[in-house]
Amino acid sequence: MADNDKLIVAGREYHSRLLVGTGKYRDMAETGRAIRGSGAEIVTVAIRRTNIGQDPDEDNLLDVIPPDEFTILPNTAGCYTADDAVRVCRLARELLDGHNLVKLEVLGDEKTLYPDVPATLEAAEKLVADGFEVMVYTSDDPIAARRLEQIGCVAVMPLASPIGSGLGIQNRYNLMTIIENAAVPIIVDAGVGTASDAAVAMELGCDGVLMNTAIAAAKDPVGMAQAMRKGIEAGREAFLAGRMPMRRFASASSPLEGTFWQGGS
Amino acid sequence: MTETSRTIRVTVNGSQRELAVESTLEALLEALGMSGQRVAVEVNEQVIPRSDYPRTTLHDGDDVEIIRAIGGG
Repeated sequence: MADNDKLIVAGREYHSRLLVGTGKYRDMAETGRAIRGSGAEIVTVAIRRTNIGQDPDEDNLLDVIPPDEFTILPNTAGCYTADDAVRVCRLARELLDGHNLVKLEVLGDEKTLYPDVPATLEAAEKLVADGFEVMVYTSDDPIAARRLEQIGCVAVMPLASPIGSGLGIQNRYNLMTIIENAAVPIIVDAGVGTASDAAVAMELGCDGVLMNTAIAAAKDPVGMAQAMRKGIEAGREAFLAGRMPMRRFASASSPLEGTFWQGGS
Repeated sequence: MTETSRTIRVTVNGSQRELAVESTLEALLEALGMSGQRVAVEVNEQVIPRSDYPRTTLHDGDDVEIIRAIGGG
């Protein structure tokens, strides 16, 4: 891929267009191997209470993915109100020594894990006003995506199908519309199940894909992480190369002239 | 027992704890084996900058949350 083809989020350049989560892995060692295998530079983490009384020598996630090596993207997963999401972001900023980049998600219900878009808009406004750089999980609604960009979010991240479902890209025309309208990176967040899904998202013109379960729940997470990296790269290169137009009927690849036999249709 | 006035009750990550009066946040973290760890703290929903732990005195009824980063998507 062209060396100058970079993903730019909030003014920072990234070579990798694959963003990965750190949930659902067997242990810290597997997390670290899968993250490194994916080649991702932006890595999401969740913010939760410490376990009081746990072994203080237990591995800390931030030792496995050190903030000086990766861009840590704390999320607001599990928040169902704007105020809770803002609270989590403020704690995350303190945890990460003033690092302002956050992944905002305000959820609507547990069954679908669809975003509560009005609450997401409210939280985004508060966070942007408080100096955060907000990468925002949202539905595939082009109007919501545009509003979030207008508020000042640094990346808009529509779902492709429900979080953790692995159903793949179920909304390609909505994604295309969102991409066409946007001046900020559009990153598919949620729904990818396997490498071809990642490639499809990139072929549509997405700027990146954020995934977690597709890698963590694979039989071989490290193998899938590497496959996803290739899927993202192949899809991006195909998008840049520009695909051929589709046609309904055949178009012979060999010349029609110069045949020396008599048969024909 | 006069000692009751010598202690305060605070809530730490949802559980009640008894601390000596004038306990600082730094002392609490030390007692929990968490000083120097990658955590962030809020008291009564206000984030406390790390540099303020030594001068943050806890009061009876305070609600302390100590958080960290864990795996998530």
